Amino acid sequence: MSNKTDSNVYTVLFAIGMVIVVGALLAFTASSLKPTITKNKELEKQQNILYAMGVNENDETSANFVSTDVAPELFNKYITKQLVIQGGEVSEDNEAYLMDIKKEKAQAKGDASKRRLPLFIGEKDGKTYYIAPIRGKGLWDAVWAYIALDKNMVIQGAYFDHKGETPGLGANIKERYFMDDFIGEHLLDSNGNFKGVAITKSNADPTNQDKTDNEVDAIAGATITGDGVAAMIKGDLALYVPYFKNLNN
Amino acid sequence: MGLLSKKDAKLITDPLADNNPITIQVLGICSALAITAQLKASIVMSLSVLFVMGVGNVVISLIRNIIPSKIRIIVQLTVVAALVIIVDQVLKAYAYSLSKELSVFIGLIITNCIIMGRFEAFALANGPWRSFLDGIGNALGYAVILVIVGFFRELLGSGTLLGIKVLGDPIEKTGLYALGYENNGFMLLSPMALIVVGIIIWVQRSRNKDLIED
Repeated sequence: MSNKTDSNVYTVLFAIGMVIVVGALLAFTASSLKPTITKNKELEKQQNILYAMGVNENDETSANFVSTDVAPELFNKYITKQLVIQGGEVSEDNEAYLMDIKKEKAQAKGDASKRRLPLFIGEKDGKTYYIAPIRGKGLWDAVWAYIALDKNMVIQGAYFDHKGETPGLGANIKERYFMDDFIGEHLLDSNGNFKGVAITKSNADPTNQDKTDNEVDAIAGATITGDGVAAMIKGDLALYVPYFKNLNN
Repeated sequence: MGLLSKKDAKLITDPLADNNPITIQVLGICSALAITAQLKASIVMSLSVLFVMGVGNVVISLIRNIIPSKIRIIVQLTVVAALVIIVDQVLKAYAYSLSKELSVFIGLIITNCIIMGRFEAFALANGPWRSFLDGIGNALGYAVILVIVGFFRELLGSGTLLGIKVLGDPIEKTGLYALGYENNGFMLLSPMALIVVGIIIWVQRSRNKDLIED
């Protein structure tokens, strides 16, 4: 037995056979599950957008989405308009929520005027929410967020998510205690210039009472993730400033 | 354990204490340091490893006689990676929210040296049933240490357990915090996990002197 399995020919044949079997198995699994997975991702986007504008099932401490069964219905009910902004031009697109921000970023190659920016307008209890999807880099991998703003660019709600931040540290950006700190924060400074929200340590405001300081309290042990989140807010939300300036004129 | 012979039962019980994969075999240290800042993450990781170890050990054991010895490590790696990816895909399709929760662990499972270590040390030389027991036993041994480390790190580092504030509120200054207690932020960082694992090793070896090597 051992002689047979030691020969080079057997080794090569085994390797080839293994690759074919495993490859076929994975390809089969991936392609047969793909439609279900895509559907789940679409529903998740709807849930994220609704979460940011306050349509969620949060209990006292944890963040909970509306269930996937009702997400499409609620999405149609609350989201009144889906816009795509490109170089000052605003157009409507009912599939804007499916846009892949990563791809859009790559296509624009850093040229802000080429970038297609989706923006969702939601109405709830007589209030208008402007929800922008943004994307950036954390410590290990991508981080992204849906930020709901009012027309003065004051944050009304935020949902953060990440691909691979450290559990218990950077991954806590999707915990309520971090996300809720953003509610009420101003993105503009007192002169109306865009400043973003910094994520800082020792800002002497751990309970986040001061909403106009453009700062929220950082998570201990997650400095780089926090910096990534701040950079994402500063970089991506700044692109929406011209739209909001127009809105108020 | 009437179900198992004495020898088989040892496969489960040994890794829990005197042949623990983390404290004695020193396998799986990397993930024990990385993800134990919270108890919940420790438990989720333990369950994932339990599943992959059980199934993986059986698969390797079944094909152990046809694996060419020259490329056995690659074969083992392929089996783990394929298993993990299939599980990940199925979860994404049918249990999406669970798969979001597990996202980062998927990669960590593939690189977990306990899995490769047990394939190499046990499954390659033993039948499927014994390999299954060995996989489960070692995964449980791993889980015990992860949960202990996660328990102390979350309790002392954040003052919570499974996200519940057991020591009071550090900002409102209630409970223990009213007496001037402070969370130890150090506990949230990986080096403290190493120290906690070190303390466990110390306690274990001073209770059982046979474990001390010269």
